[in-house]
Amino acid sequence: MKPIIYLRCFKGIVLREALRFFHQKERFFSALVRPLVWLGIFAAGFRSVLGVAIIPPYETYIPYEVYIAPGLIAMIQLFNGMQSSLSMVYDREMGSMKTMLVSPIPRWFLLISKLLAGVFVSILQVYAFLIIASFWEIIPPIAGYFTILPALIFTGLMLGSLGMFLSSAIKQLENFAGVMNFVIFPMFFASSALYPLWKIEETSEWLYYVCFYNPFTYAVESIRFSLYSQFNFEYTAGIVIFTVIFLILSILGYDPARGSLQKKGGS
Amino acid sequence: MSTALQIKNVSHKFGEFKALKNVSIKIDSGDFTVLLGLNGAGKTTLYSLITRLYNNNSGSIKIHNFDVREKSSDALKNIGVVFQQPTLDLDLSVEENLHYHSSLHGLSFGDAKERIEEEIQRIDLIEKLKNKVRSLSGGQRRRVEIARSLLHKPKLLLLDEPTVGLDIGSRQMILKHVKSLCKRGDLAVLWATHLIDEIDKGEKVVIIHKGEIVESGDVIKIVKKTKQKNIRDAFNKLVGVKV
Ligand SMILES: Nc1ncnc2c1ncn2[C@@H]1O[C@H](COP(=O)(O)OP(=O)(O)O)[C@@H](O)[C@H]1O
Ligand SMILES: [Mg+2]
Repeated sequence: MKPIIYLRCFKGIVLREALRFFHQKERFFSALVRPLVWLGIFAAGFRSVLGVAIIPPYETYIPYEVYIAPGLIAMIQLFNGMQSSLSMVYDREMGSMKTMLVSPIPRWFLLISKLLAGVFVSILQVYAFLIIASFWEIIPPIAGYFTILPALIFTGLMLGSLGMFLSSAIKQLENFAGVMNFVIFPMFFASSALYPLWKIEETSEWLYYVCFYNPFTYAVESIRFSLYSQFNFEYTAGIVIFTVIFLILSILGYDPARGSLQKKGGS
Repeated sequence: MSTALQIKNVSHKFGEFKALKNVSIKIDSGDFTVLLGLNGAGKTTLYSLITRLYNNNSGSIKIHNFDVREKSSDALKNIGVVFQQPTLDLDLSVEENLHYHSSLHGLSFGDAKERIEEEIQRIDLIEKLKNKVRSLSGGQRRRVEIARSLLHKPKLLLLDEPTVGLDIGSRQMILKHVKSLCKRGDLAVLWATHLIDEIDKGEKVVIIHKGEIVESGDVIKIVKKTKQKNIRDAFNKLVGVKV
């Protein structure tokens, strides 16, 4: 197949995702309101309790709301990744996933396009959040608005491919609520989103290791560093590795000859 | 005449349950064939194998000589599908839905526009092009799905119970429309249904029961062979339904 065919297919999938997103206004607003509510609650509640000492990439003492902003950005992408995989489970039950899977274009390409489409939508949400957060005096250096973009693509891909893997592994919609509870919340709380890792280490060593190996921590920290135009090799490498693993698992999951569709599809 | 679909000795299991047992079917280009079977006979399972949503481990399935397992891309290029459940995006317009499908088949925007106009005119819904699918009736949605399945000019059209849940008027209109599609070219249609009254005398039918093909061929021949008055009685006799 010619490359132009792939390009047209990719454009079509991204456009559909974007159209769906803009048509579903509730989804757009809840995506924005959620981190802002958390910002309000946590920033107000914890700022007196948690003093954040100077740690990289920050060069001065920072207010707590500035500390948690990257975590909330990652949360936007985490929710988005889970939501688009939820829609994949839903689509699969409803059948619109089928129309995509019967396209002559290779399945791995369709899935990656779908993933990138979700990432694109999540990035729109993140920028909307950053604009609103600037009224909260969460203002990174101007360059940060640009340098965050590549990080968002990587973290979006990682969290999206995690969602896609889960969607290929989950048989029914009902099970998905469980995933939300067992994936989203543990991932968020056992990470560096709300408190720095050294603070966690002071309290509990095993929890520190959980947080340390949590993929979500890698997402939060990459975003944090990129917002200050710094590059952290370890976090980026970690994200690439996690993404590749999740992606391979989900492509296998959607391969008709293998994986969970096969279990679902019989033999 | 070329063969649009050739299925040879295909079986399929869900766990221990045998949903399809040694199924063989041959459909020529330009034919309208009804796949007739009660609920649970295995029609949807067979479609899932043809479209490669499920993997076939036994036998072979070929679309215009392309094996779905070895040449899945070439095979899928030649198939149009209307699934049993609705698959349109309700929040998008008819046009957006059709453009999305065109892009999944790699059509350029210009070609897609042209094809969409042709097909939407054929189903007589041009005035609904900009409307959200949500605002369409069940029958209209089905017609849009049929138009969509034809955008990439497939040679084999698979419809899975396309008239279920529709009123009589829409049912007849859709049936007539699809039958007319075969007449004009080399399109082959496989129409799965459990509704016997959708079969006309001069047509071909494949009767599937509990995962097995119990009879297939011209309606008239089957009626004669089973020594019955009509296809309804023939079907009842073949699948052992008491009337
Ligand atoms: N995913 C599945 N897992 C287990 N059994 C299934 C699955 N899909 C279908 N079946 C069973 O296989 C048989 C054939 O189903 P299906 O192909 O949907 O029939 P039809 O479309 O003719 O109504 C039914 O008995 C059904 O319960
Ligand atoms: Mg069925």
